[in-house]
Amino acid sequence: MTSKNGAKQPILEVRNLHASVAGTETEILKGLDLTVNLGEVHAIMGPNGSGKSTLVSVIAGRPEFEVTSGEISYMGKDLTAMLPEERAREGIFLAFQYPMELPGVRPWQFLKAAVDAVRKHQGLPELSIRDFDQTYKAIVKEMGLDPELLKRSLNEGFSGGEKKRNEMVQLALLNPRLALLDETDSGLDIDALKTVAEGVNKRRSPERAILLVTHYQRLLNYITPDHVHVLVDGRIAMSGGADLAHQLEAKGYDWVKETAGSR
Amino acid sequence: MTQARTKYDQYRSDFQTFQKSIANGHTWANDVRATGLAAFDALGFPTATRGNEEWRFTAVGPIANKLFAYPFDAPEERIDKAQLKALLPLDDTWTTLVFVDGRFDAKLSSKPHRADGVTVANLGSSLDSDRDVIQKHLGHYVEADKNGFTAVNTAFLRDGALIMLPADATDLAPVHLVFVASRRSQPFVSYPRILLVAGRNSKASVVESYVALTDDAYFTDGIAEFVLQDGAHISHYRLMRESDQAFHISTTQVHQGKDSVFDSVSFARGASIARNQLHVALDAPGASCNLKGLYLTDGSQHIDNNINIDHFKPHTNSDIVFKGILAGKSRAVFSGGVIVHKDAQKAFAVQSDKNLLLSEGARVNTKPSLIIYADDVQCKHGATAGAVADEAVFYMRSRGLDLQTATRYLIQGFAREVIDTIKLDGFRDYLDTYFMESLPAYAFKGVSR
Repeated sequence: MTSKNGAKQPILEVRNLHASVAGTETEILKGLDLTVNLGEVHAIMGPNGSGKSTLVSVIAGRPEFEVTSGEISYMGKDLTAMLPEERAREGIFLAFQYPMELPGVRPWQFLKAAVDAVRKHQGLPELSIRDFDQTYKAIVKEMGLDPELLKRSLNEGFSGGEKKRNEMVQLALLNPRLALLDETDSGLDIDALKTVAEGVNKRRSPERAILLVTHYQRLLNYITPDHVHVLVDGRIAMSGGADLAHQLEAKGYDWVKETAGSR
Repeated sequence: MTQARTKYDQYRSDFQTFQKSIANGHTWANDVRATGLAAFDALGFPTATRGNEEWRFTAVGPIANKLFAYPFDAPEERIDKAQLKALLPLDDTWTTLVFVDGRFDAKLSSKPHRADGVTVANLGSSLDSDRDVIQKHLGHYVEADKNGFTAVNTAFLRDGALIMLPADATDLAPVHLVFVASRRSQPFVSYPRILLVAGRNSKASVVESYVALTDDAYFTDGIAEFVLQDGAHISHYRLMRESDQAFHISTTQVHQGKDSVFDSVSFARGASIARNQLHVALDAPGASCNLKGLYLTDGSQHIDNNINIDHFKPHTNSDIVFKGILAGKSRAVFSGGVIVHKDAQKAFAVQSDKNLLLSEGARVNTKPSLIIYADDVQCKHGATAGAVADEAVFYMRSRGLDLQTATRYLIQGFAREVIDTIKLDGFRDYLDTYFMESLPAYAFKGVSR
């Protein structure tokens, strides 16, 4: 969504963000700056331990991390003051790197409750059982998930790929304004990767921004990002366009470290 | 021991009165009672703190030291069906026998069922009519001479449930045995007793419920004996919903014939101290039992599930899944063990006990044990105890559910593995609701970040 004069509208503004593992001195994000505008797809890349997952976790409000200084503003609101569920209801969605298995929790009931919680917050009526059911089943089909799995407990006994597809099902159902995908490509075979990528591409919209965290360039063969950022040691060391991912693939993360270090 | 003896005087003097009150009773029944009293005299309650491995985690001193009188008089308050309906799943299509403070209450019960060889009736009024079966089975499975609780129950043998199924009887309505504790001005003891004899290839569902119309202390000391002849299939459900001050000790003894199946789901909450002892003897090839349990403790409550299985014969199966939810400063115990005897080749035995701790003060002693004498068997056991996982709570909150709702879903999910196995719809629906109502409000707040 652009304003009348065509200027970009920021959905997420991160300023000098410092974050630690809660209750410890272990600082993971060390002064990170990032602006994401509506309609954009950003890829966050970087070596293991650089803070990629922490960044999206902090945005989603994972209690394991503590913001020690800096700001995160989402749609002009201070995100750090909001509970995780409030962030979700305001339109933030995190697709987990390791989706939880929830024994005894029935997927249908859980997701209906989640969708209704978000809708209620947005002043919309609850979805009727029939409408939800139809939407849900269509999305499950789109993401290539076996409908039989929905009779089980949520994610219980799912393969790695099934769990990731199920994250995409939830993303599609909850229809977020800011989608955070934490290494959704890891552990996927090529068919699953394509399905997930198609699902993401289908949901690119001027009304939405997407932040992809990925270690490898592989996913970006299927989803072309508007911006690529490389995280090194808790800061963005380099930003560029889609071609930056290809350069990284060719030159490796050491190249970023050297280039950034010599600046 | 002199001092220990005096605290049982109440039981002894009540027994004298009890004997007079049933004067002209059946000689053989009087003999059974006398044997029970003699055993109780010798044993007392298992209060010893040393060398008492079986009761190591469950101290019964509070029961032994308190005076519980036998309730000779009728209940002090009138009890009507509406009061029971508020506490229980009462279904008009089931056969319901109600016992108040241990005594059969014909007005609150359905008409006893006696037709086509099926009997669902008060044991106390069947001592003549069904003497042969009763004499053959009553007290033959439970060891009254080794346990003070079963001994004293046997001494006060009177009313109880008698269920007899002839061979091939399969279309019996579910049987609901309701044991109610009334409100009395003095602490009292009741002695529930159940005898079920299921003939060859018979099939039935039996629900045992223990409920209270009082918040005060009383003592329930029950015995149930289930005899499953070849091919019989019994679905057994047990609801313990005692007052928070109550004491509840029960002994359930199951004896299984060839290819018989005993499915049991028990739910326990309430009681200051409770111990449910379940002993299954898989005494013929192909016998199998599936034992599920869910227990919920809060405050300073203590619940002990003591489960013993004997695999005596080949191709026998036992599958035990118990789950506990512990709040406050409560304590749960999972004790007992599975023994696979020498002849029990190809036995299959699984036992697990999982606990969800909702507070830091709650404790669990869980020690599933397995002793195997046969060499060709499949056995495993395991136990866990942990808090609601923060990561799981965050996962649900990240989808828009608040902390309370997320925690509720997770606790409910934890319980579902047990509740969902209930095949009797009325009982499952009841438990689904009652379970969630029973959870302390604080369970949904602050147990997780």
